[in-house]
Parts: sequence; structure tokens; C-alpha cells
Amino acid sequence: MQTICIKTVANCAIAKLYGAIKEENGMKVIEVRDLCFGYERADVLHSVSFSIQSGDFAAVIGSNGAGKSTLLKLVTGLLEPDGGSVRLFGTELSEFREWSRVGYVPQNSTYLGSNFPATALEIVKSNLFSQIGFLHFPRKIHKQQALEALGTVGMQEMAGRMLGSLSGGQLQRVMLARVLVNQPEILLLDEPTTGLDEHAAKSLYELLQHLNRDHGITVVMVTHDVERASRYVGRVLTLSREGMLEQRRQGR
Amino acid sequence: MTIFQYDFMVRAFITGILLAVIVPCIGVVIVLKRLSMIGDALSHTSLAGVALGLIFGFNPILGAICACALASFAIEGIRKKIPKYSEMSIAIIMSAGVGLAGVLSGFVQSSQSFDSFLFGSIVAISNFEMALVILVGIAVILGFILLYKELFYISFDEQAAKLAGVPVRLVNFIFTLLTAATVSVAARTVGSLIVSSLMVVPVACAMQFAKSYKQTVILSSLFGLIFTVVGLFVSFYAGLKPGGTIVLAGVLALLLILLMKRLFRRA
Repeated sequence: MQTICIKTVANCAIAKLYGAIKEENGMKVIEVRDLCFGYERADVLHSVSFSIQSGDFAAVIGSNGAGKSTLLKLVTGLLEPDGGSVRLFGTELSEFREWSRVGYVPQNSTYLGSNFPATALEIVKSNLFSQIGFLHFPRKIHKQQALEALGTVGMQEMAGRMLGSLSGGQLQRVMLARVLVNQPEILLLDEPTTGLDEHAAKSLYELLQHLNRDHGITVVMVTHDVERASRYVGRVLTLSREGMLEQRRQGR
Repeated sequence: MTIFQYDFMVRAFITGILLAVIVPCIGVVIVLKRLSMIGDALSHTSLAGVALGLIFGFNPILGAICACALASFAIEGIRKKIPKYSEMSIAIIMSAGVGLAGVLSGFVQSSQSFDSFLFGSIVAISNFEMALVILVGIAVILGFILLYKELFYISFDEQAAKLAGVPVRLVNFIFTLLTAATVSVAARTVGSLIVSSLMVVPVACAMQFAKSYKQTVILSSLFGLIFTVVGLFVSFYAGLKPGGTIVLAGVLALLLILLMKRLFRRA
């Protein structure tokens, strides 16, 4: 009994210490303060505040209509907040220009791709726009980069396949490679496992975990798949009417 | 071959082939942006410009280009106002265009020249009109090649394109102008009522075979080319109207392709 207590205390102390070190070293890559937003008729977010640190693997959960997807759209600047502020890498969103550091995979991405007559490689390569430049043509190196990104998600052999011939899980990996090609520091994913079967969802979570651990990419995903997701993530943020509540998990 | 002894047929082939290549290029982007009906709306509205040109004595094709450009910007404007029902904007502009063309056509002196824009008259185009087609053709090919990756990105995911720094508004603006010009010159040759089929049918055929986006574009133009050449030959020797024959050749080919695909899949 005593040993367990001592162990727990020690664990807590280590966790606290780890947390403190992280607070000091971990740079706040996303900082949301008092964010408010409402659509035409309904208020969605009331004064939401939280921050994500470099290296975090976090899940944002909440009931339907709680504003999870809205939150990601506000963080990526696709929607304008009614109040509050968002800072990315310490820069106010309105002045933030380095979008290649942020990879955003929207909710409808697999639906978007399923009927589009293009190969996985073409889709991934198209996202290198900022490197290729307006009115310039892609070169061999860009193709190489796209193939590498597809390799990271285990899809290099499928590079020449049409999107329509891929399964939901494979399509989601291509969409992931599409943002990874820019070597982002943050990955924002909106319901990445929607429509995927048990096996595909599991391997996607494992892939995200690998990207977080071995590539040092900060991952924030919105999900309703609380049970499975919480097995992989380091932090769970719950979005509720009262704002953002945090449940911190120790260890993974 | 007797067909090429006639100057008007040579002109018809030159303009026809050029249009057959460029119209499906525009068509690919329009189909993928899920705006297939936009060609219809623009070509119908172009009739209002044609009527204005005929009434006030300036070149009807130039009138059509202006009307088309205005209509496409109006469609974009309405689309942004009601984004969830964006196809409504196309219907609104199409009805407005047809209504306007209908009223204006009452003031056109010779109804024959107006009719030639309804079903096209590729065998009766002037040197000036051929020059206009060549000019528009070069602009579309250049624009399409230069903006290839930008248009691809925007058709796939406009929001992400914006985030990635693609000048979406500028690219859409240029594409709209190119579309307006293409629809207008194509209306003169294949006719306003069928120009949108030439935009969509070759793309539909290409999508049955293509193994990439690039192949979709190349095959679309190739199908457009085949339909136009076949249509012109058939119409010349069978004494049919060329515009309609070209489009019917395309639709027939699409039906055959779909049928063959079904048969082969079963076998």
C-alpha cells in the first residue's frame, strides 16, 4: 500500500516537473484567448481560451454543435471571430502569413477527393504552391517532395492511383500527405476518422502518433471518437457551453 | 477531297478545330467546380449581347463577350451571397439573360442573323470572326497552361488554395473572362443553345478513361477534336446543320462509351 502511495506521489511529482519544464521550454504555438463566435442565429463559442504547446498531441471533443469544427476554422482564419484573439507562433492571426507551417485537413476532405479525377501524386504536389510560386511550373524536386510525403503516410506505391480508386482510409492518408508535403509544424485535423472502419481509424491514429513523436509535429484534432482517440493523445480538451475544460492525461 | 475545295469549309475546320481544343479545357475546370450549367447560362445571356450588337450595329460577338463577362461576374456575386445554393445563381442569371434576349430580339431587323447565333453557323463565319477565334484561342491556351496548377488547386479545394496563398480572386477573374470569351466565340460557331454541351460532353467522355488530371484535360480536348471533325464531315456530306451534328456526335460517343463500359464490366 505504502509503496503504491509513494509511487503515485513520485509519479505526480515527475508529471508536475515534466509539466513545468514543458511550460518553460514548450513554445505556445496556438494561443486562443476569449474567443467568441456566432452564426447568424445562434451563438456557438463563448469566450473560449486555451493554448497548445509545441509537441502537444491534443484532441478537442464536445457534443454535436458545440463548435469544434468552427473552432478550427477560426484558428485557420477561414472564419472571422466576433471577439477575442488567436495567435499562431506568437503572431496575431491577422498578421500571420507563414501558412505552410500549419497543415489543416478539413472535415469534408475525403468526400472532396473521392470523385475528383486526379492521382494521389497530383493532389499532394498541388499543395506545394507556396514553394513553386504563382505562374511557375513544378520541377523534379517538387515531385520528389510529394513522393516523400506520400511515403511518410505509407502511400508511396499508390502515388499514381486515381483518388476515386482509393479506400476511405487511403484517401485520408493522401489528404494528410497533402499537408505534410509542406513540412508543417502544426497539424489541425477535423474529424479525421469519420467514415473509417475500426482498422483504418486505428492505423490513422497510430500514424498521427508517429508524426507527433518521431517528427515532432504538434497535432490537434477535433473528434467525436472520444474513447479511441484518448488512448493516443496526450491532452483532451472538452468544448462545452461554459468554455474550454481541460482533462490532462498522464503518460500515453 | 472536295470538302476542302471550299474556302468556307477550310475556315470552318480551322475555327472548329481550335474551338474543339479550347472549349473542353474551360469545360474541365467548370465541370470540376460543379458549375456545369454555367456554360448554358452564359451562352443564353450572350444572346442578349448579340441582339444589342445587331440593334446598334456593332459586332455581335463583341456584344456577346461583354454580356457573358457581365453575366459571369453577376453569377459569382450571387454565388457568394447564397453559398449553400450556389446553383441558384446560375438559374437566376440564365432566366434574366434569356428574358433580356427575348425582349431585345423584338428590335432586331433581320431575324436570320439572330437565328444563326442560336444554332451557330460555322460555315458562314467571316475572316474577322476567324481572327477573333484565333485570338481567343491563343489567350485560352496560354492562360490555361500558365494557370494550370492554380486552376487545378482551386477546382479541388478553393479554401485550401486561399490558405496556401493562391491569388484565388485574380485567377477566378481571369478564368471568368476566358470563359466569357470562349462561350461567345463558340456560340457563333456551334450555337448558343449547344455550346455548353461541347463544354461538358468531351469532359464526361474523358473522365471514363483518364488515369490522371492531366490525362483528363488532354483526352477532353482530343474528344472535342474528334467530335468536331466527325461532325463537320458528316454535316457536309449529309447536308445537316454543323453545330447540332458536332454535339450529337459527342453525345452518341458518350452513350456508346458508357454502354461499352457496362458491357465489359459485366463480361
